[in-house]
Amino acid sequence: MKAAEFKYERPGSLAEAFALLEDGDLDATPLAGGQSLVPMMNFRLAQPGMLVDLSALDEIKGISGDGGGLRIGAMTRYVDLAASALVAERAPLMAMALPHIAHAAIRNRGTIGGSVALADPAAEMPALLLALDAEITVQSSAGTKTHAAADFFLGMYETALQSGELVTAITVPAPAPDRRFAFYELARRHGDYAMAGVAVAASGAPGGVCSDYRVAFFSVSDRALRATAAEAALDGKVPMDGAEAAIAALGEIPFAGDLNAATATKQHLSGVVLKRALERV
Amino acid sequence: MHETRTISLTVNGETSTNAVPVRQNLVDFLRNTLGLTGSHVGCEHGVCGACTLEVNGAMVRGCLMLAVQADGAEITTVEGFADSGRGADLRQAFVDRNALQCGYCTPGMLASALEYVEGGGVADRSAIREHLSGNYCRCTGYQSIVDAVCDVIDGRARS
Repeated sequence: MKAAEFKYERPGSLAEAFALLEDGDLDATPLAGGQSLVPMMNFRLAQPGMLVDLSALDEIKGISGDGGGLRIGAMTRYVDLAASALVAERAPLMAMALPHIAHAAIRNRGTIGGSVALADPAAEMPALLLALDAEITVQSSAGTKTHAAADFFLGMYETALQSGELVTAITVPAPAPDRRFAFYELARRHGDYAMAGVAVAASGAPGGVCSDYRVAFFSVSDRALRATAAEAALDGKVPMDGAEAAIAALGEIPFAGDLNAATATKQHLSGVVLKRALERV
Repeated sequence: MHETRTISLTVNGETSTNAVPVRQNLVDFLRNTLGLTGSHVGCEHGVCGACTLEVNGAMVRGCLMLAVQADGAEITTVEGFADSGRGADLRQAFVDRNALQCGYCTPGMLASALEYVEGGGVADRSAIREHLSGNYCRCTGYQSIVDAVCDVIDGRARS
């Protein structure tokens, strides 16, 4: 229950960080908030040769307006997202979900970039970024790349991130004025990883017909994913009027059980959380 | 060979400089090197909350932060709260309400509850439970812990 030996560096610039991460002999892993990596190391599920602590990289911290949208530095902590008026205004879905992301003491350290780079299938943030049509900025010494969230999360702890690259920012587009959101998760204890959860976005007047749905699940499969057949079933309908057809369309999801719930339970709970989210859109 | 680093930090108002193995968790450094055994070690993977302590004004898990990351930080543990009198009313309310049985969770519970009270939290039982959701009490004395937090919020509002 103690981490294995490793070396430690806290670079003062991105360039220094890239030099460490690109040196194959060091077997270096970036350390963001450490709220997932450190427990994995304590369990010895992760045994990096070196930790490259990103906490001194002020250049990838902070929240700013980006057009009518948001640009969030990867090393921005959850506590700062939750306290941000800009996030509440421009990414209300994120503001709704933040109180459910772990516990207060974890949110005081955990970062958005760490969650995105880790891609835990049970984490909320990847699903939120799918529902928000967000983009993920990745940098290395070779330059900067931008991935749509939809192309970034590839599998269990697997992303489009290449060796030597760092997630440096998340950008969220400006929401249309009639864009509406809902979030719902079922967890055994508030703040624990959910047994199933969903983030929904749609455009339309309150109580009216909606279009351009995003339905993004987490903790039901090997990664956060959009349920595109359910989105199609909802298109052009009042959210609750489309609920039954959307739930029937969830068979497209490759459900996968975990320690919290069996595959069949996940499948059942996906319908429950979707219905409860649609009630709240 | 342990890789070590020298860190300087302020713990409960006292500065100290120590060489620490880079793999050492902050809570182990506080307990084993500085002898501050008030912060407890439960699960060592961030689930139980027994090691919750204050770093630069925020309550964090002492088991999910490396000692080397605390270089330059200002840390307060349950011993520091007792020394300064901060949260004395909360500790008294825990006694009055019998909000501890074995006491293992208490240092972390006090830290999380103090964050809630000082952050302007209201005496709403479900909001208090949500804020304390990251702290396990395996004696399951949650009811009286929430009672104690409510008492303190009510008491501070009256004074």
